[in-house]
Amino acid sequence: MAMQSTFDSSIEGQIREWKAYLVRRKTIHNADIDELEDHLRSEMSELGAAGLNGDESFLVALKRIGGVNELSREFARERSSQLWKQLVLAGDTVRERSGSEYLLLGITICFAIGAALAFKLPALFGIDPFAPDNPDSTGNGDASFYLRNASLLTLPFLIGFLAWKRELPRRVVAALAVPFIAAAVLVNVFPFESGGDTEILAGIHLPIILWLVAGVAYLGGAWRADAPRMDFVRFTGEWFIYYALIAFGGAVLTAMTLGVFAAIDIDIQPFVASWVLPCGAVGAVVVVAWLVEAKQSVIENMAPVLTGVFTPLFAVMLVAAILGMALTGNFVDADRDVLLVLVLGLVLYSISARDSTAEPSPMDVIQFVLIVSALVIDLLALAAILSRISEFGFTPNRVAGFGLNVVLLANLLWSAWLLADFLRGRRQFVDLERWQTAYIPVYAAWATIVVVVLPFLFGFD
Amino acid sequence: MYHAAMQDKRDVRIGKDLVAASAMPLVLAILDEGESYGYAILKRIDELSGGEMGWTDGMLYPLLHRLDRLGYVEARWDSPEGSRRRRYYSITPVGRDALSEQRRQWGVVAGALQNAWHSLQLANPGLQAVEG
Repeated sequence: MAMQSTFDSSIEGQIREWKAYLVRRKTIHNADIDELEDHLRSEMSELGAAGLNGDESFLVALKRIGGVNELSREFARERSSQLWKQLVLAGDTVRERSGSEYLLLGITICFAIGAALAFKLPALFGIDPFAPDNPDSTGNGDASFYLRNASLLTLPFLIGFLAWKRELPRRVVAALAVPFIAAAVLVNVFPFESGGDTEILAGIHLPIILWLVAGVAYLGGAWRADAPRMDFVRFTGEWFIYYALIAFGGAVLTAMTLGVFAAIDIDIQPFVASWVLPCGAVGAVVVVAWLVEAKQSVIENMAPVLTGVFTPLFAVMLVAAILGMALTGNFVDADRDVLLVLVLGLVLYSISARDSTAEPSPMDVIQFVLIVSALVIDLLALAAILSRISEFGFTPNRVAGFGLNVVLLANLLWSAWLLADFLRGRRQFVDLERWQTAYIPVYAAWATIVVVVLPFLFGFD
Repeated sequence: MYHAAMQDKRDVRIGKDLVAASAMPLVLAILDEGESYGYAILKRIDELSGGEMGWTDGMLYPLLHRLDRLGYVEARWDSPEGSRRRRYYSITPVGRDALSEQRRQWGVVAGALQNAWHSLQLANPGLQAVEG
């Protein structure tokens, strides 16, 4: 490169330092830094031609490019449209509580304790399935109360925490309370048969609705836009991972504690079962949310790794399962819905972790294989359910399973289509993101149908 | 989305909100003239606005990223004979659609402002003299 404009060595040194500084900041990708360097050099050449010396033109060009803070913030916002990246950047663009980390942690713990106490509150009224001396030994009535109400007792504190952190206006908080109150009334007024299918289904689907309501709080009320919704998807995935880690740690700790106290002949099992485990599990819901927000940069490095590891593994597993079914003619009945939901979750999470401007990569092909094999399993599941419905008639579980599979089928079908187009270079990856974020309300709608309509159709059986 | 960032320290004649709002159609329009790269785009903006629409230069690049992400422009690296490696941008058909939609919207806004100012002048003839 003969004409490559170079400046004298001290200026070159300064340019290198400036680049190294940008690299260390990590929010601007290397390609972008190269582009900025090209800009800086172009500007400097022109200033030099206008008569400025090397130092002067370097300073002027640098000033015109703008502050590194502003620039990194703008890049972080554009590069990934990741709301949370701004949270860890110095800046005033996001409405966030100021104050020390300790204050924030303190408030978090208050919300966690509040959730734990609220969760145990029904014990005051004699509803305590966790107590070892529960007279209702099968725990049916009490357990079914918690099945219906657990999320109603817990998630308001998560929302409260998020609302406090985002300084949500009262109007929004009031609007968020509406679904909770409505759900609380419905699930407790409906004459569910204790332990019946519709009650169990409602108990499973209600947390989904309420979690999406919490999503509105997470997004500071801005739930209509696509890009922030993706942030909530990412938050959900990371919350899940952190929660699993903490639950694992908690299980180890509990086992050790029980062992130690058993060795000194003190039976703390009742206390652990009725207080430590439920309170810990519930309090962790809030603490994990805080952790996800506070430790973003850790997860930022973990998410691509996790999806990179598990996407191929799931793809292999699903393909193997399909081959197995084809060879034996057996169709695994149990857990395939859980499997499909898990696969969709993985797909969503890896989409949210992916840089949407990147070119198609082998990982996208693997993801395509994953989606298509999930699609095949979904179709097989639908066929199985339909044949059972036509043979034995409708039951709540079959209807719920059928609906879930249809909801998943529509998503997977169109995702596969979009991804195929993207792989052939006919589409932007962002279309797939938009499709997934646009689809989120469908889950809420289906869950609402299961909670509200299904019990009526089947007489609360 | 482009808040304080676009404000230029050299010359603050056009309000920063206006600069931010017009940034996207302006860049798309410049790319509609032909493929270009960051520094040249900024030069062209200076030329078109008579130097009155100053940006903080660096802020062009996040904007180009956004346009790329939205599929409005395509970027490629190239090193023309004897010069530095450089990222060139060109407008896509989707970008052209967006540009014409932006033109329509800006036309509406400009028309509305013209009308508003026209009636202002009728109601208050003194204004014209001051402006003139």
